Amino acid sequence: MFKNYMQKSKKLAFAILSILILSTSYSYAQNTEIKLGMVLEPPHLDPSAGAAAAIDEVVYANIFEGLTRIDENGGVQPSLATSWEISNDNLTYVFNLKQGVKFHDGTDFDADDVVFSFQRAMGDDSVNAQKAIFEIIEEIRAIDANSIAILLKRPSGDFLFNIGRGDAIIVAPESADNNKTNPIGTGPYKFISWNKGAKIVLEATENYVGDEVSIDKATFVFISDPNTAIAAMLAGDLDGFPMFPAPEALEIFTKDNRFNVLVGTTEGETVLATNNKKAPFNDIRVRQAMAHAIDRNEIIEGAVFGYGTPIGSHFAPHHPYFIDKVNTYPLDLEKAKELLTEAGYPNGFKATLKLPPAPYARRSGQIIASQFREIGIELELINVEWAQWIDETFTKKDYDLTIVSHVEPFDIGIYANPDYYFQFDSEDFRAVMEQLGQTTDEGARRALAIYAQDFLARHAVNTYLFQLAKVGVWRADIEGMWANAPIEGNDLSTIAFIN
Amino acid sequence: MFGTILSRLIAFAATLFVASLAIFLLLDILPGDPARFILGISATEQSIAVLREQMGLNLPLWERFFNWFFALLKGDLGISLTQDLPVTSLIFERILVSFPLAIFAMIIAIIIGVPIGIIAAQNRGKKSDSFLMLLAQIGIAIPNFWFGMLLVLLFAVTLGWFSTGGFISWDESIFGAIKSLVLPSIALALPQAAILARIMRTALVDVANADYIRTARAKGLTNSQAIWRHGVRNALLPVMTILGLQFAFLIAGTIIIENVFYLPGLGKLIFTAISERDLVLVRGALIVLVFAVITIMLIVDLLYQIIDPRLRSRNKI
Repeated sequence: MFKNYMQKSKKLAFAILSILILSTSYSYAQNTEIKLGMVLEPPHLDPSAGAAAAIDEVVYANIFEGLTRIDENGGVQPSLATSWEISNDNLTYVFNLKQGVKFHDGTDFDADDVVFSFQRAMGDDSVNAQKAIFEIIEEIRAIDANSIAILLKRPSGDFLFNIGRGDAIIVAPESADNNKTNPIGTGPYKFISWNKGAKIVLEATENYVGDEVSIDKATFVFISDPNTAIAAMLAGDLDGFPMFPAPEALEIFTKDNRFNVLVGTTEGETVLATNNKKAPFNDIRVRQAMAHAIDRNEIIEGAVFGYGTPIGSHFAPHHPYFIDKVNTYPLDLEKAKELLTEAGYPNGFKATLKLPPAPYARRSGQIIASQFREIGIELELINVEWAQWIDETFTKKDYDLTIVSHVEPFDIGIYANPDYYFQFDSEDFRAVMEQLGQTTDEGARRALAIYAQDFLARHAVNTYLFQLAKVGVWRADIEGMWANAPIEGNDLSTIAFIN
Repeated sequence: MFGTILSRLIAFAATLFVASLAIFLLLDILPGDPARFILGISATEQSIAVLREQMGLNLPLWERFFNWFFALLKGDLGISLTQDLPVTSLIFERILVSFPLAIFAMIIAIIIGVPIGIIAAQNRGKKSDSFLMLLAQIGIAIPNFWFGMLLVLLFAVTLGWFSTGGFISWDESIFGAIKSLVLPSIALALPQAAILARIMRTALVDVANADYIRTARAKGLTNSQAIWRHGVRNALLPVMTILGLQFAFLIAGTIIIENVFYLPGLGKLIFTAISERDLVLVRGALIVLVFAVITIMLIVDLLYQIIDPRLRSRNKI
């Protein structure tokens, strides 16, 4: 009887022990899985065939890789090209490719895939959203299986950066056509499944050539409602929300030690874009008056709850070439009214302000309308959808003023295009940009970039508001995620749970 | 009876045709070019032109309409502009979320609304009646997305009984799928239950004064016996009408509720597709919804014939 009891208790102890072991191994397995929230769901997963940021936020550096890659601070790092040499005339680039790399479907990666990918992006029937970045390429050819040469039409200071963007990923001819629904790349993570409308699952590949990753499985969950995003983080249904959609609620998370609020930079210059061809905005004095009339701190406080940096020109404050131009036209209502009077509008005027759906735009618009009223400018606020904005404002230039964040990295060149929706037409500025595009010397590039920033600030082409911040909410025991967003993407390879 | 069904079916087909025409034209005049939206503001004019050609957007309006309409008759809803996948399969995935959600909400609304209406009618003029009608008034006034948020805060964030949202697909786990629909369908059902309760009460109060109820009472039935045996069935007629209409409202309500609970349903699909100008997908989804709603209306019409014998005999004359 007693023996029987002993046996039973042994069995019981064994059972408890095995449950304990199983549960620890289970919790270990759980700790290498991560669930991340995203506001928008990508329409498909091929970044070389669409502009949607959500595509890159899932696949960039995870599924797909380019010759180069962009790091957290916007620097260029080797990726599928391990090294490169640039000729003295800055026209020929020779890239040495990483060896032993396989695509997720098992096909080998070599120089032919690179040539195929670039030609696909450059071709006449290409639907690449950034086709312009390939325009500079004169010729691309494979030297041997592990190296390629690219010949440029003219020197370019941005080329290595541009080919590190999601639009320049390397794909295989065998799988390229199906990448929208079944993306096959060379990255550390492979595509597993996509429940449309709900989530996308990626898993680490076994045969990745490169640093080992810590996260085995990543799920991107799509939550568009800001209140639900808050609830999902609080309930622990998500481990992180890299671009948190509810800045008004961040205090909840900063005060809660279960969470880590990570604030970084983006490439988004938020501007009150102005139709420079349309009266009265074709008069520089009117634009200067508007610049004098805005209180950036009030806008940043009210529109993005303090998460933003004031800017005075179209340039990112974290960029090494940045100079602070916020005080070109400091807040001065008297001066603003004087300028309006000089321009022939002593009693101000009426104008429309078209606001796309982004909360920063809608909120900024209301604050700016009240600030402009102080100097007699009456703004009619018109809410538009993005598709409408692209059609009416961007393409047809049918607008007075609009608010938008320009998220392309180093995009000051848009002011050199007189057909761009700002309709700013300056021979001088075009000359500066042309020179910048062909200059590869660091010092000279910096000087030109500084001149360009100053030029735009002085001409008050747009009213420059603030640099959008990237604000992420994460579980406190996660490390290695990007604070900044130099390009769109959520690099999973460096993320890990702290034990 | 047969004549009624035939005339109903003709009306059904006509509604479907008019709706498809309206859906096509209305979406066509919506500002915004799908190709430009897909490729974004840095795209070259050449890429946009290539994409427009690929998507068939350069054909004249009437040609696009008839291409679409004849494909529709064959059950082919086309290829989504943004996702490059057949619209039929995209919609089918979503229907497996939205229709169960609407049906659960409907059932919950009936289970809560009808008994409350009956109890209120039986106690007409008493305190319990006023109390129940006050509750119904509140139920109508509360927006369902806000009520949904409250449910999330209580049952998901505080108590942790449910997930804050998302959907476990039917393949993964039937129990999980049903569980993911519990909170959303309650949130969706509440205003409908409140409306049903009021309609049920009013209908019952109306029939309570009818001759046949007095006869039943005279025959010796108690008040509630008379109402349950003779009143409720008669009162169901207006309630059926409202239920049919409510189904359309429930489907519309799913758009908001699916956003709150991040459910991959038809509403969320339409919402995204409209903002991305995926005209083919929006058209397909709307046609499916129109089809569902007018089918429900048809069923309600036919159910009248079963519930109300007077309609049947009238048709015979």
